[in-house]
Amino acid sequence: MAKQPVLKVKKASLSFGDKSIWKNLDLSVAPGEFIAVIGANASGKTVLLKAILGQLQLSSGAIELLGKSVAHGSRQIGYIPQHRQADSGLPLRARDLLRMGLDGHKFGLPFPSRKTNQRVSEMLEMVGAQDIANTPIGQLSGGQLQRIRVAQAVIDNPQLILADEPLSALDLKQQSLVAELIDSQRQQNGAAVLFVTHDVNPVLDYIDRVLYLANGQFRIGTPDEVLRSDVLSKLYGRSVDVVRNQGRIAVLGSSDHDHHDHEKWT
Amino acid sequence: MERLFDFSDYDQLIPLVQNSLIAGLLLGLMGGLVGVFVMTRDMSFAVHGISELSFAGAAIALLVGLNVALGATFGSIIAAIIIAIMGTRAKDRNSIIAVLMPFGLGIGILALALYEGRAANKFGLLTGQIIAVDDPQVFWLMATSVLVIASLLLIWRPLSFASLDSEVAEARGVPTKTLGIVFMLLLALAVAASVQIVGALLVMTLLVTPAAAALRLTASPLLVPVLSVVFAAVSVVGGILLALGGGLPISPYVTTLSFAIYLAARLIGRLRNAGALR
Repeated sequence: MAKQPVLKVKKASLSFGDKSIWKNLDLSVAPGEFIAVIGANASGKTVLLKAILGQLQLSSGAIELLGKSVAHGSRQIGYIPQHRQADSGLPLRARDLLRMGLDGHKFGLPFPSRKTNQRVSEMLEMVGAQDIANTPIGQLSGGQLQRIRVAQAVIDNPQLILADEPLSALDLKQQSLVAELIDSQRQQNGAAVLFVTHDVNPVLDYIDRVLYLANGQFRIGTPDEVLRSDVLSKLYGRSVDVVRNQGRIAVLGSSDHDHHDHEKWT
Repeated sequence: MERLFDFSDYDQLIPLVQNSLIAGLLLGLMGGLVGVFVMTRDMSFAVHGISELSFAGAAIALLVGLNVALGATFGSIIAAIIIAIMGTRAKDRNSIIAVLMPFGLGIGILALALYEGRAANKFGLLTGQIIAVDDPQVFWLMATSVLVIASLLLIWRPLSFASLDSEVAEARGVPTKTLGIVFMLLLALAVAASVQIVGALLVMTLLVTPAAAALRLTASPLLVPVLSVVFAAVSVVGGILLALGGGLPISPYVTTLSFAIYLAARLIGRLRNAGALR
């Protein structure tokens, strides 16, 4: 018997006023699957995450998390937001941010307990961040903060990891480090990953499938099935070139802005 | 100088101000805890706005002969509700507060101008009481602060999560919006209680300064509230004790202590950072 999908998007459509973002989107995410959500700016990638988190109402269709209609967030979800520099004055160290992923939803005071401390230390070690455990998050570098974010997202063993451009604002080395970390965490926990990104290259080695959004339409399949000139040209409705070079993929001519027609790495 | 500090009849005075000291301790405890979230949620300006409407409520109550504490609470809860509903975004919030504040102050001044009772009562609402907290007032303060402190301790963790990491908290199913509204109401109660002791203009000295000082010294989520409470309690109780002999309002003593602690905290924080860099 096939395992129950973690996430099921059924004929989902979303529009803001007259503008349709995507229509009749169908997607079923199996446990442990790594899916990259890519597409042009304003193609509705982040909007899809918001719909899964119950923060946006679909125009039609349904989204189910573990067989149940999505509500406002879930403890079965680990969320990795885009990197944003944290305020330096916040009373929050790396280990505190991490711990909130474990028990931040519970009532009462965050008294130290041996069990939580142990779990927090375990995760810190796993992402190689023991040395910054007591650093206020406002003083962490982009790569350091995103590593803590990955640990925070998986510390409570969620079934689904949602990542919203977690690599933007990181340099190439940090990008591949954080991507690798997300992948290894998925393999250890068996969690599925929905990874929104404008650049597929840092995660190209890890992903099982690609959801490509453009023009209010979508294509789903393995990278080889979707990231092809003919497929994307049809999706965009104009000539688009997919170039592969040394294991990297670039989509040329996909830019929605006519004025800068140099290539865009997707 | 003798008018500022007069300790001559100290042993006889202390028992008379027992009520005030208890009230001061409770205010310090409550203010120190609430202040932590005022800082992390960036709501200092809201404290000011709420306190002006609280003042208006208290002044109207004084004019028509109702319970001043009740009036202060009523005014600040109305302000909190308006700010919570209309100011979900930080930018909107600030402009709404800026609009509400002078209006509240104006209404309050009108009510005080029409009031024909003791002038000291009038002044007290703006700048703080002369040390004379009576029994019903202490009871009111106790009830308010116990309610605020207990509620805050109960929702401490999810409120911290929602305040410090709202995006992830929301994704994890923490009801961030509800918590925000609950905190606004608790803040309103804390402001109403503080207004009666330190006055509407000086509420920030209890609800903002101690927490701001604590944040200069540590980033530990457990130490910040502890230090903040200690700073607030030292300011109020110390202020009352210093003000005892002179017969002047306690507020200048409280605000000066509170400010001095903040300065010291900044200095220590700075010295320590310089040391860490070396």
